[in-house]
Amino acid sequence: MMKAGTHFLDGNTASAEGAIAAGCTFFAGYPITPASEILERIANRFPELHGSYLQMEDELASITAILGASWAGRKAMTATSGPGFSLMMESYGLGLMTETPCVIVNVMRGGPSTGLPTKVAQGDVNQTRWGTHGDVGVVVYVPSSPQEMFDMTIQAFNTAEKYRLPVVVLSDEMVAHMTEKVEIPEKDEIEIVDRKKPRDPPEEFLPFCPDEDLVPPMANAGEGYSVHVTGLTHDEEGHPSVDEETQNMLVTRLIDKIRKNADDILEYDEYKTEDAKKVIVAYGSVYRAAIEAVDMAREKGYKVGLLRPKTIWPFPEERIYDLAREGVDSFLVAEINFGQIVFEVERCTAGAAQTYLAPKMGGSIHTPEDILERIEAIEEGEIPQFKE
Amino acid sequence: MKREIRFSGFGGQGIILMGHILGKAAVLDDKDVTLTKSYGPEARGGACSTDIIVGDSRIHYPQVRKPDVLVSMSQSALDTYLPKLAEDGMLIVDTGLVESDRDHVGLPATKIAEEELGLKMVANIVMLGYFTGKTGFVGKEAMEEAIAELVPEGTEEKNLKAFNIGYEEGKE
Repeated sequence: MMKAGTHFLDGNTASAEGAIAAGCTFFAGYPITPASEILERIANRFPELHGSYLQMEDELASITAILGASWAGRKAMTATSGPGFSLMMESYGLGLMTETPCVIVNVMRGGPSTGLPTKVAQGDVNQTRWGTHGDVGVVVYVPSSPQEMFDMTIQAFNTAEKYRLPVVVLSDEMVAHMTEKVEIPEKDEIEIVDRKKPRDPPEEFLPFCPDEDLVPPMANAGEGYSVHVTGLTHDEEGHPSVDEETQNMLVTRLIDKIRKNADDILEYDEYKTEDAKKVIVAYGSVYRAAIEAVDMAREKGYKVGLLRPKTIWPFPEERIYDLAREGVDSFLVAEINFGQIVFEVERCTAGAAQTYLAPKMGGSIHTPEDILERIEAIEEGEIPQFKE
Repeated sequence: MKREIRFSGFGGQGIILMGHILGKAAVLDDKDVTLTKSYGPEARGGACSTDIIVGDSRIHYPQVRKPDVLVSMSQSALDTYLPKLAEDGMLIVDTGLVESDRDHVGLPATKIAEEELGLKMVANIVMLGYFTGKTGFVGKEAMEEAIAELVPEGTEEKNLKAFNIGYEEGKE
């Protein structure tokens, strides 16, 4: 890994270095703006580390390659942006169904379709949650600085290994291309988690039989275990068993694996929420504008705070519910889309507070003034819920 | 204290490298720094810019809105970015390439690079030296260390000489 110390890195480079620090030795991808620097960095760094970098024919192949590499025992990653992420949706589901640890970095740009390749947006937030078919439990980290691109890529690998699933690092063009100070710790100060290995001998091993934490130990190919891996509904032996009972057991567990471990996975920051009447909810690059908006609003005498999800999935639902109950009268969600997380926030308030949106169509992030204007408008009672 | 700086010129002048050197030097000086750059299908010859915020405390909002200092190394870049310069902001130009009615300081960096160093390519580093001498936002030693680290191997000496010529001019 990179020398410990203070570096000056862009977000994409920091993410690639985070992957290397986490033990990633397999990367398959297809270059796309604004994620290409991740591929470039990995391609430059892997030869000396004896890692495998594969430039694939497309994103469908990229994600299936990392799923295969993971079953071969490697820590594997791919990186893309919206158009590529859309192509990956089918095998994102395959990875979730087969409980395959790996990391997908999605650097968001303006959509839909090929949209605004070189400019920022946050339009893929719900896609990471609902983009693949069927019911799933997912984990998605949302960094807001190059430092967090480094830290959260490591965390994503750890969570992927611990809970056995593809984990998404949902970045955006602003964070990916800004260059800032990045502190790289000494190797022995970085916590690394590896997947649980089978404790039973091969003849007794049930590859999809979970432990108490709902996560089954994983046997890699070539370790002497016979493992059948399929996207079909499968029993604890891993064999297709397409009946209602197995479906109920398997899919419930895949969802509960995340839901019941949410306390361990969920992360969020709060700023000046102690006495807040209004709470801004912002994530990724917009979070950085929102902090300044809080200070500006406070100077004007408004009691404003900030809740910033670091994992957008799982979502800090209980915290929002509690804030709504404890005296917050409204939430303002600032996001670079036309309303995605705002619906999540509204759901979590359970009617105990008003929910408003500060939308933006992409191309740039909100300014602190954009957000402050919304707060003032809400104070004046000018904005109906969810409307411009 | 937080300073917003914009380096501008045309693609190929090394404008982005100027930003990276200043940013790296700010890190060495233990300051907080955020660098963003114009990012698009720009090509050699087109207007390009890099924005740096240098601060003593954590920088949150990452974008430069009203630069305290605008450095322009081409006329088209000046025409594009001058309207955004803060009212009491400092304008620094390559006086051999850029004209402006607005109060400004500067030096003919490209001409100096060509005539005194025999290498037009180091005009950006001459300008970076001038900027450092004039503003003092980041220390000279840190700038020199950053230059030595970031310029192509084998060109360190020439670049440091270019930096010092500019620095002395800026100090005056």
